[in-house]
Amino acid sequence: MRHIVSVLLENEAGALSRVSGLFSARGYNIESLTVAPTEDPTLSRMTIVTSGSDEVIEQITKQLNKLVDVVKVVDLSDGEHIERELMLVKVRAIGKDREEMKRMADIFRGRIIDVTDKDYTIELTGTGSKLDAFLKAIDRAAILETVRTGASGIGRGDRVLRV
Amino acid sequence: MQVTGAEVVVRCLQEEGVEYVFGYPGGAVLFLYDELFKQNKVKHVLVRHEQGAIHAADGYARSTEKVGVALVTSGPGVTNAVTGIATAYMDSIPLVVITGQVPTQAIGQDAFQESDTVGITRPCVKHNFLVKDVKDLAMTIKKAFYIASTGRPGPVVVDIPKDITTHKTEFDYPEKVTMRSYNPVTRGHSGQIKKAIQMLMGAKRPMVYSGGGVILGGASRELTKLVRLLGLPCTNTLMGLGGYPATDRQFLGMLGMHGTYEANMAMQHCDVLLAIGARFDDRVIGNPKHFFQEERTIIHIDIDPSSISKRVKVDVPIVGNVREVLDDLLKQLESSKVRPDSEALKTWWTQIELWRGRDCLKYDRSSPIIKPQYVIQKLYEVTGGNAYVTSDVGQHQMWAAQFYKFDQPRHWINSGGLGTMGFGLPAAMGVQLAHPEAQVACVTGEASIQMCIQELSTCKQYRLPIKVVNLNNKYMGMVRQWQEFFHGNRYAESYMDALPDFVKLAESYGHVGMRIDKPEDVEPALMEAFARKDDLVFMDFTTDQTENVFPMVPGGKGLSEMILV
Repeated sequence: MRHIVSVLLENEAGALSRVSGLFSARGYNIESLTVAPTEDPTLSRMTIVTSGSDEVIEQITKQLNKLVDVVKVVDLSDGEHIERELMLVKVRAIGKDREEMKRMADIFRGRIIDVTDKDYTIELTGTGSKLDAFLKAIDRAAILETVRTGASGIGRGDRVLRV
Repeated sequence: MQVTGAEVVVRCLQEEGVEYVFGYPGGAVLFLYDELFKQNKVKHVLVRHEQGAIHAADGYARSTEKVGVALVTSGPGVTNAVTGIATAYMDSIPLVVITGQVPTQAIGQDAFQESDTVGITRPCVKHNFLVKDVKDLAMTIKKAFYIASTGRPGPVVVDIPKDITTHKTEFDYPEKVTMRSYNPVTRGHSGQIKKAIQMLMGAKRPMVYSGGGVILGGASRELTKLVRLLGLPCTNTLMGLGGYPATDRQFLGMLGMHGTYEANMAMQHCDVLLAIGARFDDRVIGNPKHFFQEERTIIHIDIDPSSISKRVKVDVPIVGNVREVLDDLLKQLESSKVRPDSEALKTWWTQIELWRGRDCLKYDRSSPIIKPQYVIQKLYEVTGGNAYVTSDVGQHQMWAAQFYKFDQPRHWINSGGLGTMGFGLPAAMGVQLAHPEAQVACVTGEASIQMCIQELSTCKQYRLPIKVVNLNNKYMGMVRQWQEFFHGNRYAESYMDALPDFVKLAESYGHVGMRIDKPEDVEPALMEAFARKDDLVFMDFTTDQTENVFPMVPGGKGLSEMILV
């Protein structure tokens, strides 16, 4: 099953490689991994999307907790949570397709953030499946380039992950 | 007063009460060696290969309750040390390994003797550090000792660029260290402990299985008390030997791939299993599916939450320091009058005695060729069971584990997890330095010993009177055994041609060498060797080439599916 795991860790050189190394050494899946410093610059927050049986996910959280740089680990999928991913997609926008592309971006609540006479760059935020749906909805041949951040997640309501 | 980084390191080691540093100098650590030279509190032991330095520090740590310390240079110094570090990591041995690094500004430039030490060692350390500012040096070393020795212990690497050892700073060794990201649990959950007691009291066929955690956690006394109080059968893993006295009637011997018939059968057929500081690894329980064919309740005490329910689903997990948990458990037991069902226990013991009656460790005692088991038995008798025994890896290791009855913890020193050939001799050096008056034997084979034989030179330099018991069958015995059983007797590359004359070899290093070819000479040779209190004696025993280790649970088979003699 798919799980989304949040990790608070010391913002130290090499902390990322400890996490990614753990996943490769123990044969765990990483669907996506994002990391950036938090409001406290000494801490980084990482969101890992992974999959596995309950036993594997239990081991993943235990092994993450065992890393000396890791402060806290939460499996967001254990409760209500929100996840978002950002995608930038550059599409061909010529002639009559230009208007159509703008309409599709609007429907998906995307924003066009760069324009030339031949293409648009659209910024789109949402769950991974919404981003997938957008890419399916537009003409595949029109896609010039995509870049996605991978999911970030946060608990709903008063579920808070902090030191 | 400002001091250099090199002086900071040496003063930190002094503050930590470090007795010995095992190491090998080189370009990146010259300033550190210069500081070591200027003082005499911390003694340096010069090995002949960095692998030996780590194993020696490891043997020192295993035979004491202290942290082992090693010092190696950058590049090849580190890569040579990796086998030792991985060995310590697999067996959770507390080490601090200080590694030299090229100067900060040269890092990443493919400098001479540069290696990405933090990257190379990352998967085989508990934690590692690269020190980039001399002001962080003392705190980093403090953290290294703290992390290495607390929680589930393990090796910690501190990588120090050469320029940092020359930079100046104020020296102030921190008294304490707190880390928000590292707070190992020690006390077990009292509710879980209560539940464990209930389970044990309801058991008809209880069993205690303990591992290296009991040795590392210093919990042998508590374990022994518990097992005796409740009259339970007890088995130890390879790493746990000495955790419960082997000469006690309630001890069933080692379990696992080469465990005794009675220990494996009791493990398989018990209804409540108390696992203490052990991790249900593949060499211990065999095939997990087969293990679960029998119904049983499992209580698991371990300091590492990730060891619990990793390979085997556990019913009552108790995370904590084994000694503290056992202490709490004993207190609760002593204040209550409940005891296990004595009738059921009696029936269970009758069954166990039947299994024990199988005499699974028997071998041909009238053989005209020296049987390796016989050598270990005689070693046990000659040393009165009090020696520290290190071993390498293979058949000799299993025979030592089966036939030397360890009554005390920290006396059996071997590479259980990684299975590192070459471990025995350098580990014995660390043990002998930690216990100068003790009898130290290194049980080895002609293949393993050659992997770190250069350390005979170190033994000479520091006058370490280790007794090397070389069970020489001219084969990589365990490989040969598997080839005999599972590969149609095709002995691919397991025969060692062109062996050295070990007697002359020992003599050329300045030691005493003996060759023993006949069973009747085994005991006198051992007696003579141990009477030579100041000499390293290398005993080369010509043993039966085709002897196999029994019982054996073949890979992938269940614990009760043993091949017996």
